[in-house]
Amino acid sequence: MKTIMSLTTASVLAISAGTAFAEGSITAVSWGGAYTKSQVEAYHKPWTAATGNTVVSEDYSGGLAEVKAQVESGSVTWDIIDVEKSDAVRGCDEGLFMEIDHSALPNGADGSAAADDFIPGSFTDCAVANIVWSTIFAYDSSVMANGPTSIADFFNLDAFPGKRGLRKSPKANLEMALAADGVASADIYEVLGTDEGVDRAFAKLDTIKDSVVWWEAGAQPPQLLADGEVAMTTAYNGRIFNAVASEGKPFEIVWDAQVFDVDMWAIVNGAPNAELAMDFLKFSTATEQLAAQASYISYGPARKSSAPLVGSYHSNASLEMGPQMPTAPDNFATAISNDFEFWADNQDELNERFNAWLAN
Amino acid sequence: MSDTTTSLVAADGTPLKRKLAQSLMRSRARAFGLALPLLAFILVLFVYPIANFLTQAFYDARFATLMPGTTEVLKDWDAVSAPTEEMAAVLVADLVVSKKEKTIGKVATRVNRELSGTRSLFTKTARSAKKMEAPYMEALIKKDKDWGDIEVWQAMKTASRVYTPAYLAAAVDLKMLADGSIVRQDEDRRIHVILFWRTLEISFLVTLFCFMLGYPVAYMLSTLPARTSNLLLILVLLPFWTSLLVRTTAWIAMLQAQGVLNDLFVVFGLAADDDRFSLIYNKTGTLIAMTHILLPFMILPLYSVMKTIPPSYVRAAKSMGATNWTAFWRVYFPQSVPGIGAGALLVFILAIGYYITPALVGGQDGQMISNFIDFHMRKSLNWNLAAAMGLVMLVFVLFMFWIYDRIVGIDNMKLG
Repeated sequence: MKTIMSLTTASVLAISAGTAFAEGSITAVSWGGAYTKSQVEAYHKPWTAATGNTVVSEDYSGGLAEVKAQVESGSVTWDIIDVEKSDAVRGCDEGLFMEIDHSALPNGADGSAAADDFIPGSFTDCAVANIVWSTIFAYDSSVMANGPTSIADFFNLDAFPGKRGLRKSPKANLEMALAADGVASADIYEVLGTDEGVDRAFAKLDTIKDSVVWWEAGAQPPQLLADGEVAMTTAYNGRIFNAVASEGKPFEIVWDAQVFDVDMWAIVNGAPNAELAMDFLKFSTATEQLAAQASYISYGPARKSSAPLVGSYHSNASLEMGPQMPTAPDNFATAISNDFEFWADNQDELNERFNAWLAN
Repeated sequence: MSDTTTSLVAADGTPLKRKLAQSLMRSRARAFGLALPLLAFILVLFVYPIANFLTQAFYDARFATLMPGTTEVLKDWDAVSAPTEEMAAVLVADLVVSKKEKTIGKVATRVNRELSGTRSLFTKTARSAKKMEAPYMEALIKKDKDWGDIEVWQAMKTASRVYTPAYLAAAVDLKMLADGSIVRQDEDRRIHVILFWRTLEISFLVTLFCFMLGYPVAYMLSTLPARTSNLLLILVLLPFWTSLLVRTTAWIAMLQAQGVLNDLFVVFGLAADDDRFSLIYNKTGTLIAMTHILLPFMILPLYSVMKTIPPSYVRAAKSMGATNWTAFWRVYFPQSVPGIGAGALLVFILAIGYYITPALVGGQDGQMISNFIDFHMRKSLNWNLAAAMGLVMLVFVLFMFWIYDRIVGIDNMKLG
């Protein structure tokens, strides 16, 4: 039923757009909101124009629960899905995603081979990265004229009084706590791998524990800042950018000790239109598409060759996107690369400890 | 009477007694037939899924099914002596299969629950297991020195148990060691017992507040003339019919630092502008919002019971010289106890499983056990632990119910 409906929608769209009949259709699943919009503009529409195939866009809120249910019940309706790296690897291990031949990806626009063009960590057995996103912290510059400049300031309640917003999860918080305690970005996971390191991170978090407001959904931190509930908060950089660029909020991002990660395309095992989905994947991760996406949202393209093509914000020509990216050189100096394997191994234990720490 | 020859017979000659029994039987069967759809519905969609899910609290065949050979050899291992070459060989064979079948993720996740940090050990080793050659123990250790660590093998032995008390133990902050003994969890990882107590504390306080606020309201409603009381009853029911989410969100707008209440405090000089009260995203917020949301469940049973208490009793008591207090305490109050029992039990049992409100306004110290069950269902995907926590909760509620029956008596309860 769903396929029929989506096919109908697809054909109607195709007719109304005045193009030839759609040859096929795929269902692409992503995170919704401004992020999905950027993909529709940069990937879906050009692909439809180029191939005549259409894309049905669906939203989800992360995690593998739905994919697992579809694959295990044998009724797969999703073709391609935008997942976090940790889920890409986990889903691959559990047979939820198809393996991908990375040599089939097109070369960069500058002629470099795909394997060299993508930033390190962009390939897993079953997935290809499209964007780099980051956990940063931000403050309202209309409230704090001389705002914080480093991660240490985030943990400094004397110099910068006020509530702090943090995600209710050990992820990124432990890394930032260690960075604030003076650990170099490159050594974070080495320190966190020891019991003393974990103790040290929690001890640092202890110093601000009483002033923390915990958030869970990505939409909350900009809201907390706007309501004046917190003086500064960690957040996903795209959300803060969106609040600034489209709603004119006076928020400022501090990039020190940002924790960055990639989002990836993966094709669901048993997808009804797997071949088309693979074609879409190749198309959408090409240099031009990734660069085009960056004009809608401030997530960095996963290909190096896209960087020179990144222009200005789609509705504001004077807002250059380059400096807004997590990967911009000025922002990247102290960046921490999220270590998927560390978290896959230790998240059960650290979640328990984090929850126990919260409850006491 | 026992002499059937003299007993009455029906028109067709069968004894009347048997005829009567038959007809009773038929009407019972008809009544049962009418109730059958509901019974089947409850059994299929309520009892069965819950029972089925609860078995996950102590049943986990994942490792045993996916790594059959390893499970077999681990059975004979004493968990103390060094792992043998045979064990290593069988393990490698199982890893090759699970890599091919793409089940290695499930195996690795299962063992990682017993020993943190082993997930990547399994996925990494499985990737190169195909190329390994005898002696396998050396090959494994060459791949990763952790294979020489006896703890990894002990974790596998624990994971290979099909019926395991490990999850139930974890639900009450205990852990099971490889030899089957059970000890307390490390101090910095103890969380569930605190949560169970907090859930109880919050449920108890909410019930108490609902009683304190609801009793006078119900009394007023039951004594006012019908027209006024009907109007007021609608005011009680209106929030009752409003979406739970809407009411909870309204409390966020009311109680937050820049919210209505705090603004008023600042205007009246009760709080400094830069030092406002923390009324939400903590236990206070949970208590306020839950009390408001559950209040109708206390008022309605109280009201329906109070409605049936004849006012003449209190008048009679007073006419015989009782003070207002004595008349209330000795005459009126005992008659309202069935309503208190019903209301309190209703509020308490609803509160103990409350989930959305604490999730939204609970912050860090207003979270309840149901929020962690949800966490394990959706985030950590550890359904076994979620089932174990649910089972502990269920047993506890039944226990409370039994205590209640012993103290107040379950018959002594009226829902209206």
